[in-house]
Amino acid sequence: MTDLNALSYTAEHEWIAVDGDVATIGITDYAADQLGDVVYVDLPSVGTTVTAGQVFGEIESTKSVSELYAPVDGEVVEVNDDVDADPATVNSDAFAAWLIRVRVTSEPSGLLDRDAYVALTGGDAQ
Amino acid sequence: MDALDTPPDGDPRETPLRGEHEALGASFTDFGGWLMPVRYSSDLAEHHAVRQAAGLFDISHMGELLVEGPGAGEFLNRALAGAISAVPVGRAKYTMILAEDGGILDDLIVYRLQDEVFLVIANAGNRETVARALTDRVAGFDATVEDQSDDYALIALQGPAAERVLAAVSVVTDVSPALVDLRNYAWGSAFFEGEPLLIARTGYTGEDGFELLVPVAHAAALWRALLSAGEPHGLVPAGLAARDTLRLEAGMPLYGHELSRDIVPAQAGLGRVIPAGKTGFVGEHAPREGARALIGLSAEGRRAGRAGYAVYRGDDLVGEITSGALSPTLGHPIAMAFVDPDAAHATDLTIDIRGTRIPASVTDLPFYRRNS
Repeated sequence: MTDLNALSYTAEHEWIAVDGDVATIGITDYAADQLGDVVYVDLPSVGTTVTAGQVFGEIESTKSVSELYAPVDGEVVEVNDDVDADPATVNSDAFAAWLIRVRVTSEPSGLLDRDAYVALTGGDAQ
Repeated sequence: MDALDTPPDGDPRETPLRGEHEALGASFTDFGGWLMPVRYSSDLAEHHAVRQAAGLFDISHMGELLVEGPGAGEFLNRALAGAISAVPVGRAKYTMILAEDGGILDDLIVYRLQDEVFLVIANAGNRETVARALTDRVAGFDATVEDQSDDYALIALQGPAAERVLAAVSVVTDVSPALVDLRNYAWGSAFFEGEPLLIARTGYTGEDGFELLVPVAHAAALWRALLSAGEPHGLVPAGLAARDTLRLEAGMPLYGHELSRDIVPAQAGLGRVIPAGKTGFVGEHAPREGARALIGLSAEGRRAGRAGYAVYRGDDLVGEITSGALSPTLGHPIAMAFVDPDAAHATDLTIDIRGTRIPASVTDLPFYRRNS
């Protein structure tokens, strides 16, 4: 069970777990619930550079398409192939189904803590 | 990420089943000014349940307009595209209400309840438009138009198990004709809690099914009775997300996507709603062939073209998608699109999916047809 208070969040519904200089990035369970059944995730290749606030991929549900925004600057060092093979894992456990790992090149800023993220969703993210 | 369901703005209308949906854990969305359940569990699970067993939909946001009087049939012939006076009592007809220039104001189902009584079902977002147009057009006819939308709830029971489910609801009595004898696009009467219940064999999912019209005060009890009787048959409540993928697979147009004020019926492949030789109705001068034609497209992979995405033939922009999704039943992307007429049978179309061109083949509608 992921300790949700140990994660950081963005207003665009990504979660980030930082370990040393590597950030693991996914989308929140609130976002997954809102999207509905995820059927496709488009992720960058290892070695791609991502920029905080810029689109790094997209996530598609039965109903809609959303862009994924990088919460940090850095280089993609790992991509979760399990999510590519079975996108529905984002719905079953959004915190286990991480999307990419990024070697962070600058200190992330402007991230939210759990309380601030829950407040942002009007309390719907529990 | 972005593009989450927007919470309803302002003060959306609620159906009489709002409390039932909340108790079932539904997520809600704003649809045509109504707060509607988008899903209860999973879009895909609800979709598959309707294809394989049955699903229950709240469609109380639809409008119900009662047209009656000795001149009702003649009036509807004038006001609507179809030959309404030819519909026998006990039957229903899919038709349209057109503007003077032939643009589609709404698509409708009209039930002939009695010789001089018709029930017109309008889309939620067009209820006022339809009510206003009918009221304007009734002048000079011996008929009246009454908007009864707030008095009735409408529940759709759809899927191959629909007849078994409805037959198992013991509190629905005096069903006439018997369900097994109720044909597609026909309706019958019954009683529920002493109230008259209209049971129509109509729907919007491509499956067998029924639409049940019940007075608002009895809607929740009927909803619960159906869910309870249907549970052993695999019935689940189903939301708008499943309804949309189901209707798309069935090639059925949705107002605001395939149908609009700027589209004439022939363009949408629905020229047949105007009977050959019919004259003397509002919109009769509409061109029978439109500028762009509605087609079905199929693609491979998992990335679906969505409403608004461009359709190309070579480097030429030839059209635009109106609805698209990864088909849950077929397992590949499907879409409906308006394209230039000479591209309607092209074999070299592509869809621009956010910068990537995906080949797409023109496919006859519907994409999915149930075994009958």
